[in-house]
Amino acid sequence: MHAVEVADLVKSYPKNPAPAVDHLSFQVQAGEIFGLLGPNGAGKTTTVGVLTTRVLPSGGTAKVGGVDVAADPVSARRKVAVVPQRVNLDRGLNARQNLVFHASYHGLPRRERNRLADELLERMGLADKRTARVDDLSGGQAQRLMIARALIHRPEVLFLDEPSTGLDPQARLFVHDRVRELRGEGVTVVLTTHDMDEAEKLSDRVGIVDHGRLLTLDTPSALIKALPGSGTVDAAVRADGPDEQRVRELLGEVAGVQQVERIGGADGQLRLRLYSDGEPSALLGPVARVLDEHRLPVTDLSLGSASLEDVFIELTGRELR
Amino acid sequence: MTRTAQRSNAAARLRAFTAVLGRDVFVTGRELPSFLAQVLVQPVAMLFIFGKVLGSLGYTQPGYAQILLPGMVALNAFLVALQNTSFPLVLDFSYSREIEDRLLAPMPVSWVAVEKMLFGAARGLFAALLMIPLGMWMLGEIRWELSGLWFAVLCMVLGSLTGATVGMTVGTAVPPRRINIIFAVILAPLMFTGATQFPWAQLGSLRWFQVLCAFNPLTYVSEGMRGALLPQVPHMSPWVCLVALVAACALFGALGVKLFLRRALD
Repeated sequence: MHAVEVADLVKSYPKNPAPAVDHLSFQVQAGEIFGLLGPNGAGKTTTVGVLTTRVLPSGGTAKVGGVDVAADPVSARRKVAVVPQRVNLDRGLNARQNLVFHASYHGLPRRERNRLADELLERMGLADKRTARVDDLSGGQAQRLMIARALIHRPEVLFLDEPSTGLDPQARLFVHDRVRELRGEGVTVVLTTHDMDEAEKLSDRVGIVDHGRLLTLDTPSALIKALPGSGTVDAAVRADGPDEQRVRELLGEVAGVQQVERIGGADGQLRLRLYSDGEPSALLGPVARVLDEHRLPVTDLSLGSASLEDVFIELTGRELR
Repeated sequence: MTRTAQRSNAAARLRAFTAVLGRDVFVTGRELPSFLAQVLVQPVAMLFIFGKVLGSLGYTQPGYAQILLPGMVALNAFLVALQNTSFPLVLDFSYSREIEDRLLAPMPVSWVAVEKMLFGAARGLFAALLMIPLGMWMLGEIRWELSGLWFAVLCMVLGSLTGATVGMTVGTAVPPRRINIIFAVILAPLMFTGATQFPWAQLGSLRWFQVLCAFNPLTYVSEGMRGALLPQVPHMSPWVCLVALVAACALFGALGVKLFLRRALD
């Protein structure tokens, strides 16, 4: 049985002619970390809303742990947990009480909810914050507390919405480690994000949606491999030298270079990515020669590899939403 | 589904409901002083000015305090229930989103609405009961017909429930950015057209105002209580009060739940 099963799902709103979710179908295996990616307004949040019983579908079916969420939302709520992007902790309660009361809504006996609350606070690195008021928690602490709250009723499927937006790198790594642990425990995780790096690192498989439709679904490495013209070369020159426009023009004229794109340069360097129409390693020699001929101070020249972000941009385009 | 599974399902839902109610009671217990200030300062001030100050200055007739106290108790039952249901909801659905946790509890979403109304009504009833000893002590010489006490309590209970259902309707119908409007356009008119400071039955000379007051459910709480405790003062028939309150409760309860579902589910 699949942990999540979405079949021909449609959600349309009366005010909007284009459906937010348009005949979407996918399945998530039990124990898998599944990344649901898409630009803003692609229909990710609506899809997760349907699966967590907060959005009523207009058509199709959505099942969580074998339970149809539209037909039996009460049973479905026992199987899912949500960690939203915005803090929605109970401000009338302290950190530990947030966990204990949530567990009581889900019918856990008193002794068990106390034990689990302490255990989860410990595991989420919040043991010294047990009596802290919600308003006194930092962004990262609130996020961890919401994960702890989501786990306390032992859901089969955990929905994480943009889990590391606004977190510092330490907190981000901590959250990533905890998410991987969950997979080890057999909890299915559905992750919505537009942080491609995060999706690539965490997900077993990713589905990319746009305009409410599924564009592709596979493992991150398979998606990257399938990307047309995935080979690139990254070149960096010292920024105090020539102006950017000239360097780009020079490199654009090298045979085999399809496109030149700036990828960074805040660190006193000008970093450019060259897209090859053939084998990218064939560009290394000619590029080095051109740079040397024009006495440009090269600091780095390397074969780049495409990332999930390239796949994402390739599929969903560059225009702003 | 087998019958035992159904029964355990129902038990789980009921457990979730009582746990959510338990949370609200727990939080109120923690915030008791601010809750008491919220429910007592305004009615006590009103009782003091209209019942005590104006009386001692000779601007009101002797006995006016008698008429005022049941009205103030009714006002507290109705308005405290209304405010304690509507304001938290407006905040919950906009700024804090705390309610999301409750909406994902394993029970029907409409039960969350019922819980909010029941809890708001309980706060209203508590505030109303507190007013009785406080008012008696402040005003002195209150003589109530004790045989009518049960009916007065019934009116208080129904008044709190009606206030909570109106609060649910208002709290889910008014968009958060218009929360100020609740005060100006809803609360103040309700306060002054609810027959709390005057007996409705004696408004014959202001016919239009009497008709207007008849549209305010609070009028039936005040009149019902006054009729039961002070039978000598002209009042509405108790049956009219009872029927009107039950009808208002059903009407606003259904409307409130409907609007709540619209806000809670997309």
